[in-house]
Amino acid sequence: MVRYVLKRVLIALLTVFTLATVTFFLSKLLPGDPFMNEKIPTSVQEKQRAYYGLDRPVTEQYLIYMGNLVQGDLGTSIKYVGRSVWDIIREFFPVSAQLGLIALVFAEIVGLLFGILCAQYRNRWPDYVLMVFAILGIALPSMVIGPLIRYLFGVQLRWLPVGGWGKPEQMLMPAFVLGLGTIAGNTRSMRACMLAVITQDYVKTARAKGMSPLRVVMKHELKNSLVPMLANLGPMIAGVLMGSFVVEQIFVIPGLGKHFVNAVSTLDYPLIMGLTIFYGTFLVVMNLLVDILYGWVDPRIRVK
Amino acid sequence: MTEHILDVRDLAVSFFTYAGEVQAVRGITWHLDRHETVALVGESGCGKSVTIQTVMGLLQSPPGRVTGGSIHFEGLDMLKLTPRELRSIQGNRMSMIFQDPLSYLNPTMRVGEQIAESYRLHHRVNRREAQAKVREMMELISFPEPERNMRAFPHQLSGGMRQRIMVAMALICSPGILFADEPTTALDVTIQAQIIELMNELKEKLDTSIVLITHDLGVVANMAERIYVMYAGKIVERGSAADIFYRPRHPYTWGLLQSVPRLDARQDRVFRYIPGTPPDLLNPPAGCPFAARCPYACRACAAYMPEETDFENAHACRCWLYHEGAEELRKKAEADWKEQGKEVGSHGEEGAS
Repeated sequence: MVRYVLKRVLIALLTVFTLATVTFFLSKLLPGDPFMNEKIPTSVQEKQRAYYGLDRPVTEQYLIYMGNLVQGDLGTSIKYVGRSVWDIIREFFPVSAQLGLIALVFAEIVGLLFGILCAQYRNRWPDYVLMVFAILGIALPSMVIGPLIRYLFGVQLRWLPVGGWGKPEQMLMPAFVLGLGTIAGNTRSMRACMLAVITQDYVKTARAKGMSPLRVVMKHELKNSLVPMLANLGPMIAGVLMGSFVVEQIFVIPGLGKHFVNAVSTLDYPLIMGLTIFYGTFLVVMNLLVDILYGWVDPRIRVK
Repeated sequence: MTEHILDVRDLAVSFFTYAGEVQAVRGITWHLDRHETVALVGESGCGKSVTIQTVMGLLQSPPGRVTGGSIHFEGLDMLKLTPRELRSIQGNRMSMIFQDPLSYLNPTMRVGEQIAESYRLHHRVNRREAQAKVREMMELISFPEPERNMRAFPHQLSGGMRQRIMVAMALICSPGILFADEPTTALDVTIQAQIIELMNELKEKLDTSIVLITHDLGVVANMAERIYVMYAGKIVERGSAADIFYRPRHPYTWGLLQSVPRLDARQDRVFRYIPGTPPDLLNPPAGCPFAARCPYACRACAAYMPEETDFENAHACRCWLYHEGAEELRKKAEADWKEQGKEVGSHGEEGAS
């Protein structure tokens, strides 16, 4: 088990390193730089570039950046003068994380429940209704659903605030919109996983012991259906977090997503790099935890 | 006549599929007495597994449905029980062990817990008491290192150990009947013998009756007192083990016995099998289902289902050969059977009466 974890951690580090490298050179490939501006004299632009070290060869910039990165220094933002990238993450990430977490928990619980219902009532009306819902949830992106329900509940019915962050009623709509795709995906995969388990022989054994259908589901089918579901959890977290960029924009939520989008459009190199590496590391760690969890749930994996 | 522990009369089971009604079991009558081991023998698809699943109330419905007959277990009409009443019997007063112990054990649950499960379910005891019972059970089946192995997962045990776990699981509530569905098919030959011995031993200790399902006549010979030979959803021959092995009457039974590979057979002897395949049970034949594969079939065989002909000792068989009009054919068939007996060396040595 220790060897397994160690191996996974090494792979994770390699992944983050590759991510940083590729993002660094890709961002340099974008045309222009943060100081390109017709209204500013070229000599001033040159000075600004020199100040940030952007006049040096790209490979040298890369080595300097990676050197700092190893020491945990993500640099300072170019656009938000004087603010370090860490400062920005510290201030805005908690909001994004809160939104993501609420959406994820909500989506996991509802999605698994729907999936179980679909599988137990397969090919009967609860299954059909929920599957239609699931397909809609997958097919409609949050940029469509978001404004629609905001208009309905925020503007027409006036039940919920149209935007902002902090109060529980402000969290309801964004969390729902953000989690919708995940609910739908979870419903579909949980249904499939559970259907695969229902036909397994050991379920027959459980029934032959005289267990009630509900007990068979809870004690034998659920855990075994969750094993393949766990593999989805890593990408699921990724999906929810990435999706929050759009949802944060729609519901005017002061999260990191806004800064990510702005950083790219203003070519704020340190911020692009810092946020990418931060998100990347976050996802890699989540996947790592899921892998370890996997070994815990399915004892057969531990031996391998 | 004494009360049978299990009495199945004219049981018919069908599966209703898109293609139509598949008549898997077509009116079979059989019984099991206390302390007895009875075998249902036949090739794949003859309805033997469906029969015991129906008896235990485990028939998947839909598509399966009982279309006729009755099942009485210790005087209870099994087909009229509510689901709750049925569950109080399943795993408790009758239980089942299956063919492949790996796929029939939950891969993510410790085996001790799986054994304890039905005991806790039916006896309302706490975890500690159930554990003590499991330990007792493990000792009863002389399982090595019970303490450690109780905490093992199925994949950590060998095939034979897993099947022992299945046996312990099925017998922990001391059921009146144990159904064993091909209990040794997935095991090595040496392990097979151990499992058979174990089942025979526990049957005595726990006062259980066994219904054995198999196509392996070697297993039958070591366990069963009476045998029902099934073919295409019908019982074609029934009798004591001695009658079936030494005085078989039905051409299908002859075929089955000849198909058993023998170590003492001459090297040049061709491996025998029954040519052809069983009939399609979507449209079962009107007459004897074996007629199409039977070397002695005549016109009547394909058109009419024969009645049971009784011999001594509750030995009976459904075949037109034993009709008075078929005397010549019967003599020929019996002569053939004796001839083959000489060829392979031993069968029919007790004399085909």
